[in-house]
Amino acid sequence: MSVIVFAEIDNQQFKKSSLEAISYGKKVAQTLGLSCIALSLESLSDIDSLGQYGADRVISLANNAAFTSDSIANQISEACKSLNAQVVVISNSYTGKSLAPRIAVSLDASLATNVISLPDTAAGFKVKRGVFSGKAFAYTDLTKSVKVLALTPNTFDIDASGSSVSAETLTIAASTSAITINNSDKEIGKVPLTEAEIVVSAGRGMKGPENWNMVEELADLMGAATACSKPVSDMGWRPHAEHVGQTGITIKPNLYVAIGISGAIQHLAGVSSSKTIVAINKDPEAPFFKAADYGIVGDAFEVIPQLIAALKN
Amino acid sequence: MKVLVCMSVVPDTTTKIAFTENNTQFNKEGVQFIINPYDELAITRGLELAEANSGSVTVVHVGPAENEASIRKALSMGVNEAIRIDAPAHDAQYVAEQIAAIAQGYDLILTGRESIDYNGGAVCGLLGALLNIPSVNVVTEINYQDGTFSFTRDIDGGREMLSCKAPVVASAQKDLCEPRIPNMRGIMAARTKPLQVLAPQDTQIASAYTAYESPAAKSGVKLIDADNAGQLIDILRNELKVI
Ligand SMILES: Cc1cc2nc3c(=O)[nH]c(=O)nc-3n(C[C@H](O)[C@H](O)[C@H](O)COP(=O)(O)OP(=O)(O)OC[C@H]3O[C@@H](n4cnc5c(N)ncnc54)[C@H](O)[C@@H]3O)c2cc1C
Ligand SMILES: Nc1ncnc2c1ncn2[C@@H]1O[C@H](COP(=O)(O)O)[C@@H](O)[C@H]1O
Repeated sequence: MSVIVFAEIDNQQFKKSSLEAISYGKKVAQTLGLSCIALSLESLSDIDSLGQYGADRVISLANNAAFTSDSIANQISEACKSLNAQVVVISNSYTGKSLAPRIAVSLDASLATNVISLPDTAAGFKVKRGVFSGKAFAYTDLTKSVKVLALTPNTFDIDASGSSVSAETLTIAASTSAITINNSDKEIGKVPLTEAEIVVSAGRGMKGPENWNMVEELADLMGAATACSKPVSDMGWRPHAEHVGQTGITIKPNLYVAIGISGAIQHLAGVSSSKTIVAINKDPEAPFFKAADYGIVGDAFEVIPQLIAALKN
Repeated sequence: MKVLVCMSVVPDTTTKIAFTENNTQFNKEGVQFIINPYDELAITRGLELAEANSGSVTVVHVGPAENEASIRKALSMGVNEAIRIDAPAHDAQYVAEQIAAIAQGYDLILTGRESIDYNGGAVCGLLGALLNIPSVNVVTEINYQDGTFSFTRDIDGGREMLSCKAPVVASAQKDLCEPRIPNMRGIMAARTKPLQVLAPQDTQIASAYTAYESPAAKSGVKLIDADNAGQLIDILRNELKVI
């Protein structure tokens, strides 16, 4: 029996969140006395290195058909069956979330998404997951014999202390897809917001979209992704993909810098799990200061240039 | 065109989340419940598509009778009929299995991208697999022509345009449409629209919530003087080593 980790690829590289998932999978495998197998849809040149992150075996699937959720989920499910998967680990990306439920049904497994803990196997198989868009956590006991876990990115450490293994190939009968992909556009090399380690976010306090140059410059210098509050995306100042909060994306970076955002409960819900929070706001009474680790009471248009200057220094 | 929209009922977004019974139950006291915001988008786009293609929209909700006010709201938005499966929404898998049992014969099934309470983001894919039809997550655009649906959906770091023949299940993301606000006529009409209550199917339970926890409170903000804002960078670089 095995713990299977799906290693997702983006821009011809294994994603960081997948390396986190492999190191997590290894720990689960050790607890349960199983082997950890990393599964990839492509045989990238550095595929053997997945062993370093904890995979006992690395397998790439031959014959994979269209890159659509139904066909990939079938491929992975078939591989999981032939490798006798006990636990399947996936990252909670959009891709992961489109696959995990389908895999769970194929394997007649229990499913948990937004997982933020290792399983407690003392009695049953309990994991902690984020609920109420960051306002709370829940412990859930997964009761079917096979489990599918989708992990929240930026939650688990990558342990690269293992050694490379040579990848094997597994041939799965090609599965057809009912979906046709007509087109896609993707910013190459851009870290998705949910996986970014540093996020610079701005709100209505920036006054208008024309003022985002300085926000972007600050983000670039910090190596950060950019985010925004709901009204900012509602007004079309920024794309909806940047909207964080209870009705946007929930994120968990190491550092969240909020500029000109008041800190409404719906906004805080989506960002309060960030490890360090910095709030910059001209209003000393802004609720964000209650949720922040560091604060600057000041005008964004004066504070941001100082931060940029300090970073260039 | 027959459209089925899966609707969850969730605490209003301003709710302070708290628990009772030794942190094993969500504290519903004083909480206002609303239609899950993404499901309002699903309902609205479902109505627009049905209206343009001489179709109809059914909403289905798995939950107790106390949620019928939200179901009536959906009916007042223009939905033709409603089904309530009379059982607690145990988890996403339970919900999907209950809905799958009544979801035959629809061209398009819509869910929200996620429910803002349990945030599983799972029901769309679960339904697709249970019904053995394609599922398309987080869609910002849905169009229909001659039996084929076309979608734009969010992918990690970008978007994708895809198409497939009916039947298909898709989950609604922000930007799909502006939620429709019920008018007086809709509210009057909703009172007499059919709301069918069904008993749940027996299914094997896949998970059980055993306890809840609230996030740890912050220990207090350290303020940095605005005239010396560069000091923040120094702290982030040298003390916290996060940049
Ligand atoms: C159903 C529902 C769901 C919602 N979901 C979300 C969600 O997911 N995410 C979300 O973000 N919101 C959400 N909201 C909206 C939320 O309630 C707030 O309205 C919103 O977060 C406010 O955005 P803001 O902080 O950018 O704007 P404002 O509240 O207008 O705050 C602007 C802030 O900028 C400060 N400011 C102004 N000028 C300057 C300056 N020159 N320098 C520095 N600071 C300045 C002000 O002091 C103020 O604090 C939701 C609301 C509802 C009803
Ligand atoms: N109790 C429920 N009854 C009907 N549909 C639901 C229910 N719970 C969730 N859904 C649907 O599934 C979507 C995703 O829910 P979740 O997987 O819990 O994030 C929601 O937006 C709804 O469309």
